[in-house]
Amino acid sequence: MPGLDTPLSRGDSLVHRLDPRARLLGFLVFSLPVALVQSQAPALLGLALAALLLLLSRPAPGLFLRRLAAVNLFTAFLWVFVPLSAPGQALFHLGPLAYTREGAALALLLTLKINAAFLAVTALVASIAPPELGCALQALGLPEKLCHLLLMTHRYLFVIQREYQRLFTAARARGFVPRTSGHTYRTFAWLLGMLLVKSWDRAERVHQAMLCRGFTGRFYCLTDLRCRAADVLFVAASLASAAAMVLAERLA
Amino acid sequence: MSAPLIEVQGLVCGYPGREPVLQGLDLTLLPGQKAGLVGPNGSGKTTLLFAIMGLLTPRAGEIRLFGKPMQGPADFAQARLGLGFLFQHADDQLFSPTVLDDVAFGPLNQGLSRQEARKRAEETLDMLGLRDLAQRTPYRLSGGEQKLVALATILAMRPQALILDEPTTGLDVETKARIVTLLNGLDLAVLAVSHEPDFLGRITTSLFSLRQGRLHESRAAAHAHLHVHAEGDLPHSHDD
Repeated sequence: MPGLDTPLSRGDSLVHRLDPRARLLGFLVFSLPVALVQSQAPALLGLALAALLLLLSRPAPGLFLRRLAAVNLFTAFLWVFVPLSAPGQALFHLGPLAYTREGAALALLLTLKINAAFLAVTALVASIAPPELGCALQALGLPEKLCHLLLMTHRYLFVIQREYQRLFTAARARGFVPRTSGHTYRTFAWLLGMLLVKSWDRAERVHQAMLCRGFTGRFYCLTDLRCRAADVLFVAASLASAAAMVLAERLA
Repeated sequence: MSAPLIEVQGLVCGYPGREPVLQGLDLTLLPGQKAGLVGPNGSGKTTLLFAIMGLLTPRAGEIRLFGKPMQGPADFAQARLGLGFLFQHADDQLFSPTVLDDVAFGPLNQGLSRQEARKRAEETLDMLGLRDLAQRTPYRLSGGEQKLVALATILAMRPQALILDEPTTGLDVETKARIVTLLNGLDLAVLAVSHEPDFLGRITTSLFSLRQGRLHESRAAAHAHLHVHAEGDLPHSHDD
């Protein structure tokens, strides 16, 4: 069963050795200017810095490229639709529609920013194992309910998926073939309804089992979060990169 | 004789819109006593265990745990730390990313430091011969391994009594035998519910059946410390 593994979190690079809290803070500080800048120079700078981070975190190339392709499938749509709808000087015409220079520039800016954010999140957040992520977010003061949601969603997504497959297999074993018909829609509605009820029941049982072991709402972590000089240095470097992007924005 | 760990009197419990499954049930479990409970499906065995753990609110009756009357969630939360409840389905009980994390979950909730909790978890896994599983994902273990890990998660809390809900469901002979050996090696009170009288006979010293919402002693057991009174108001003593 795929999914439960988070292969990118199991590395031993410089980035992986940073305190997860430092990585999260660094990402937060870095992602704000990436999201807000309006010109290409700071976006390009952000992309270069994120690429450097990614090299340092050494992800498995195949996996990383597959994810990169998935993200850029989305940006490909931007390249089609934004230049066709933005007003400005036409580069060429597609029937009645003009493909504009301004629109293309906007698509380029968005592509740079999306990829910078994606590379940074891959290097800094995907490199944190889920339980550590929960602890680090909790340590950074995120509400406990959100941390629980995150950890439990990760843990049970695949249980629910397996449950769905079991129900679906059982339906097929009795000769069910999905078609475009009322019977198919009704069957899927029942299947999803049953999945919801079962997940609800299971959530209740899991919660009861946790109460029986003295759960009071707070998760404790076995791993020690330790903040060292390298972590402080890293957060400082993130702040400096963010400042550089802001400066480049001002100059542009 | 020392004070009972669990005392239930006149328990009436059930689910909304239906006749209560437990109708004035009495039960007493003394320190070190091992009691088994049988009953058909739907007779209220799990309901009884859930009520004892405070996971269900009874309609009537009194529950005393460790000599203290249970009056609300706060009382139960405290008492649960001394009762190890093994759920019928181990995969409801195990939710952590690794076995070690899961076994340390209870001790951490009890207020142990990280180092102590880790040590306690490792000791417990060693005791059960599960050391090799420490870094595995509970979700990926076999049914038998999951059950043993679930048992480890409650034993790591060093409870005074074990409450076992169908501990052998779906297990092979070998795992069952391992659980029997393990339970018999522990100096703990046990209240176990099972469909298998044979298994109960090997881990308990007295056997009761749950019928029409009350407990009945199944056979003349030498250690009948778990008392049932069909009338509920008969005088009884724990002194002999």
